[in-house]
Amino acid sequence: MNLVDWLVLLGTMVGIAGYGAWRTRHTDHLDTYLKGSKTTGWFTIGLSVAATQASAITFLSIPGQGFESGIGFVQNYFGLPLALIIVCAVFLPIYRKLGVYTAYEYLGKRFDQKTRLLGAGLFLLQRGLAAGVTIYAPAIILSSVLGWRLDLTIIGAGLLVIVYTVTGGSVAVSLTQKWQMLVIFAGMIAAFFIVLARLPAGLGFSGAAHLAGALGKLEAVDFSLDPSHRYTLWSGLIGGLFLSLSYFGTDQSQVQRYIGGASLREGRLGLMFNAVLKIPMQFFILLLGALVFVFYQFQPAPVFYNEAEWARHTNGPQGATFRALEEKHAALHAAKQQRIAAWQVARTSGDTGAEQAARTALLAAQKATDDVRTEARSALLAADPRAKTKDSDYVFIGFIVRQLPHGLVGLLVAVMIAAALGSKASELNALGATTTIDLWRHFRPLAEHDEARNVRAAKWFTAGWGIFAIGFALFAGFAENLIEAINILGSIFYGVVLGLFLTAFFLKRIGGTAVFWGAVAAQALVFVLFFTLNISYLWYNLIGCAACMIFALVLQAMLSPQSKPATS
Amino acid sequence: MKPEPDDESPGLPGFRTWRGVYWFVLGCFVLVVIGLTLFSRAFA
Repeated sequence: MNLVDWLVLLGTMVGIAGYGAWRTRHTDHLDTYLKGSKTTGWFTIGLSVAATQASAITFLSIPGQGFESGIGFVQNYFGLPLALIIVCAVFLPIYRKLGVYTAYEYLGKRFDQKTRLLGAGLFLLQRGLAAGVTIYAPAIILSSVLGWRLDLTIIGAGLLVIVYTVTGGSVAVSLTQKWQMLVIFAGMIAAFFIVLARLPAGLGFSGAAHLAGALGKLEAVDFSLDPSHRYTLWSGLIGGLFLSLSYFGTDQSQVQRYIGGASLREGRLGLMFNAVLKIPMQFFILLLGALVFVFYQFQPAPVFYNEAEWARHTNGPQGATFRALEEKHAALHAAKQQRIAAWQVARTSGDTGAEQAARTALLAAQKATDDVRTEARSALLAADPRAKTKDSDYVFIGFIVRQLPHGLVGLLVAVMIAAALGSKASELNALGATTTIDLWRHFRPLAEHDEARNVRAAKWFTAGWGIFAIGFALFAGFAENLIEAINILGSIFYGVVLGLFLTAFFLKRIGGTAVFWGAVAAQALVFVLFFTLNISYLWYNLIGCAACMIFALVLQAMLSPQSKPATS
Repeated sequence: MKPEPDDESPGLPGFRTWRGVYWFVLGCFVLVVIGLTLFSRAFA
C-alpha cells in the first residue's frame, strides 16, 4: 500500500466513524440510544441489517469459497428470504407492539423472568465468545498480507468502533453502516470490473464463465437428495430457513437494527430489501471468486495462497521440500495452461466430441494441480502441526494487493475494514443493550425510571464489551480450529433460542416453567448429539428448535393445571 | 399472542397489502433460483 491507498483507507474509515460520532454526539434518550432514531427510513434499516450480517470474513472468505469450491455455497442463503418474510409477518409486529428494547424482554413479558434471563444469557454467552473473533479473524489475514502489526490492527479497529458505538449507540451504528455498505458496494463492483479487465484479451466474461463452468466452478444449484453433498437446494432451504429465522428473528444484533425506525412499514421494507438483495449479492461475491480462479489460470499461480506462511517454511530448515513442491506445481500449472488452450480451440470448433475429450484432459490437469496443493498443505502440517493450512481466505486479498491499481487497493482494504466495523458495531450495541436491559435493570429495578442513568449504564456496558473483545482477540491466542469452534458453538445455541420464541408465538398454552426446562433439556440434548453424531452443524438449528418445543409441550402436559399458562 | 394487525399499507405502487409484498418477494426468490439454475446449465 502506498500513500494514496492510505489516504483512501483512512479517509473513508476515520471519516465515516468520525461523521457517525459527531452526528450522534447528543444522543441522550434511552429509546434513541438503544433502538435508533425514530426517523430512520427503510433504506438505512435495510443497509444496516445487511452490514450487520456481512462481516469482514464475508468479503475475505466467500470469494475464496468461489475460487476453491465454486458458487454452490450460494444455496446456503436459500432459506433467508422465507425466514425474513416470517420475521416481517410475525416477529417484528410483536416487538414493535410491545415496545421492547431487546428480543429477550419479550420472553419476560410472554413467559417469566427466568425464561427471559435464559434467552439473554444464551445470547450473551454466544455473542460474548464470538466478540473477539469478529475482530481477530480479519485482523490476522490483513496483518499477514499487508505486513501490519496484528496487535495494532486489532486495537486500532477495536477502538474506532468503540468510539462511535459508545457515543451514539444504535443511531450511530445505523448511520455509519449505511455509508460503510456504500463503500463496500463500490469496492466490490470496482473489483469485479478490474478482474474482467485483467483477463486475457478476447476472453471476456462469457469465455471466463465457460472456462469456470468447464472446471466445475459454476454449479449454483444442486437438486440432489444425497446427504453427503455439502450444499444442496434442500439443505439450503430447510437448514438455511431455521438458521436465518434464529439469526434475524432472535439475535439481538439483528433485532436491534429493525425494531426502531420511523414505523412498522420502514422496518418491514428494510427486511424485504434484504430478502431480495441477499442471494444476488452472495452470488456476485462468489462469482467474483470464480473469476479470480479463471484469472490465475492464465498467470503464474502460487501453490499456497497464504504466502507469508509459505515463505516462513521455504526459508526454514525444510525449505528444499517446499521449493520442490513449488517447482512441481509450476510445471503442472504450465501443462494445464496448454490444456486450457486446447479446450478453447475445441470449443470454438463446434466439434462436441473433441470438446468433451479436451474438457476431460483439462479436468485431469486441474486435479493434478489440486493434488499438489493438497500435498503442500500436508507438508506444512508435517513441518509445523500448528501451521494454518486454509489458504482460500487469502486468495482475494492477495489478488487485491498484487493486481489492483493504487487507490483501489486502499478502497478494497477499506471494504474489509468497513465490514469488520459494521458487524462489530452491531454486536457491541446488542451486547450493551442486552446487558443493560435484561441483566442490569433486572437486578436494579429502581433504576428503570432514571433515563440518564440507563443511558450511562448502556454506554459503560457497550465500552466494556468492546474492551473485552479487544482483550480476547489480543490475548486468547486463537487457533484456526478455535475460531471455527466458536462459530459452530453459535449454531448450537441458535436452535434452542428459536424454539423459545416459536413456542412463545405459536404454542399459546405453554407457560414459563415448561418452556424454561424444555429449553434447558433441549440445549443439553443438542450438546450430547453434537459430541456423538457426525452431521452438519446446520441441522442443530432444526433439532434444538424442535426439541425445545416438543419438551415444552410434554412438560406443560405433565405440570399441574395450576401452572401458569400463556396470558394472551 | 397475536401479531399486530396489518393496519399499515405498504405504500408501494401496485401493492395494497403486505401479503402481496410477501408473494412478490417469494416470486423474486423463485425467479432467482430458476435464473441460477439456467446460469449453471449455460456455462457447465
